[in-house]
Amino acid sequence: MNTPLWEVFVRARNGLAHKHVGSVHAADATMALQAARDVYTRRGEALSLWVVPSHAIVASDPADRESLFEPTGSKIYRHPTFYEVPDEVGHM
Amino acid sequence: MATTSIALDESPRIRTLLTLADDALILGHRLSEWTGHAPTLEEELALANIALDLIGQARALYQATGIDEDALAYLRDPHQFRNALAVELPNGDFAFTIVRLFLVSAASDAFWRGAVGADDPDIAAIAGKAEKETAYHVRHAADWLVRLGDGTAESHRRAQSALDALWPYTGELTASADRPAWLHAVGPVLQRATLTPPADGWMQSGGRQGRHTEHLGHLLAEMQVLPRTYPGATW
Amino acid sequence: MYTQALNTRETTTESSPDADRFQARIDAEERIEPNDWMPDAYRRSLVRQISQHAHSEVIGMLPEGNWITRAPSLRRKAALLAKVQDEGGHGLYLYSAAETLGVTREELQDQLLTGRARYSSIFNYPTLTWADIGTIGWLVDGAAIMNQIPLCRCSYGPYARAMIRVCREESFHQRQGFEIVLTLCRGTPEQKAMAQDALNRWWWPCLTMFGPPDTDSQHSDTSMQWKIKRFTNDALRQKFVDATVPQGHFLGLTFPDPDLHLDEATGHWQFGAIDWAEFRAVLAGNGPCNRERLEARRKAHDEGAWVRDAALAYAAKQRNAA
Repeated sequence: MNTPLWEVFVRARNGLAHKHVGSVHAADATMALQAARDVYTRRGEALSLWVVPSHAIVASDPADRESLFEPTGSKIYRHPTFYEVPDEVGHM
Repeated sequence: MATTSIALDESPRIRTLLTLADDALILGHRLSEWTGHAPTLEEELALANIALDLIGQARALYQATGIDEDALAYLRDPHQFRNALAVELPNGDFAFTIVRLFLVSAASDAFWRGAVGADDPDIAAIAGKAEKETAYHVRHAADWLVRLGDGTAESHRRAQSALDALWPYTGELTASADRPAWLHAVGPVLQRATLTPPADGWMQSGGRQGRHTEHLGHLLAEMQVLPRTYPGATW
Repeated sequence: MYTQALNTRETTTESSPDADRFQARIDAEERIEPNDWMPDAYRRSLVRQISQHAHSEVIGMLPEGNWITRAPSLRRKAALLAKVQDEGGHGLYLYSAAETLGVTREELQDQLLTGRARYSSIFNYPTLTWADIGTIGWLVDGAAIMNQIPLCRCSYGPYARAMIRVCREESFHQRQGFEIVLTLCRGTPEQKAMAQDALNRWWWPCLTMFGPPDTDSQHSDTSMQWKIKRFTNDALRQKFVDATVPQGHFLGLTFPDPDLHLDEATGHWQFGAIDWAEFRAVLAGNGPCNRERLEARRKAHDEGAWVRDAALAYAAKQRNAA
């Protein structure tokens, strides 16, 4: 049996979101967390770590990209630049 | 015949520093021998991290003596080393390495936590850093120990056999007054690992007095070869 | 540390609407991500190159690891251990990148241990003296940097991201090596001789690290077309020689190449003929240390089996108890 794969996420500083950095192999969550610490935080890169079983990640299919993400492109009224505010009003 | 070895006049303070430093250096050296040969790539990095922590501790402690760190590491003869015998024993299999790391780190952990408030400012400063490092070493070794002890029949047998072999060397890991606390610290982990601690009986000792096993001479011959072969050279 | 340009060429060029769209994305400098459509040949080519690169890092731990226990000062010992540890880390990042392409680390390691996969031939040479450790850092890591910086812009996202991490961490490796060689060159006559001997042994193998000459190419190089690779072997090799020769002269060392000279017209250092027969022999398994290197990794793998089994057995027990 192969040792399970875990995706590793690192929070570099408080205030930032955890960011995906790579993966490790480990038999269980405890050892995965230690492996992630030893592999991905050797230069003070982290204040917090997440490990997630790779198989637990559900990803969108690139083939669905157009149907999932393109419809939003036409909804320009969601962006502040859609609206006109006279210069005299100042920053809004 | 000319010798490159240094002579030391050991004050009690220097002796304390050397005892701590030699434990860290020799264990760090043993752990570094795993590089390229560990059971998994992840564990390569883990063991190297621990070895680096220990070599770093050794350097800080040697420097606190006021004597050149490399003279202390490379130009002392085996009988001048103060490390416990347990740390100089060959690595054996991964079970032996982990059991030793756990037993030794449990003693260091208690020592460093206590030393944070030491009167000697150098020791207190080193303790501030070492206690965090050592706490992780205990954790890593304990987590592995539980998996080896309570893993397969083979891993259990190897872990128990390492524990039996190492137990007689644990007498000099702590001052005798501190042994009950050490036993109290290691007991629950051994229990979780389904391992049986051997009864305290005859203890092998001598490291603190410079009476070592045959293994230290070989370890030092390898470690010291360049400074001994080219006296006075800078590297 | 280093991937060798082994010219893993794919000659199959698919032509289909998908393949055309794919090439258009590459041409537009878009990154390809794991679940995106990609030609099978692109996937195979990447798996092969990334895994060869990962194997090279892991095998590369052995020649340098050979001196960790004999490093001549505590400062050097810590630096070398940290460097060799980094090589292991880089192998791991690269296996991770390869795994996004649908292979497992176990399969890739199996290819290595059964001799079906290649790794950089440079690690089949022995580290005989402490000067070899400095020289590997200076030359081998120097060559690696030449090769790896362009890979940070490789078209495959996970590989490019792994390489960015690798390059950031490697920045100390070459300097560490150069400092060792510099110290030897400024030391006793014996130390300087040690440095010269190391350069004599490592120089030519380092030049072969960039792979066969471009004139050997018979097919159009799809790696370039796919932007897995961005410079030719000869271009990178020349860049390395031009950067390294002045450093060697600064050290007061002599390169073991009587034909080496500066071409005033081009500003490039011209070097003599490389012995490609030796390169091919080492690559084919007949270098000084090929067998030892693989044997060491096999032994580590075999002796680690019960440990990995124990961890899995414990995890299974915990799951069942939960």
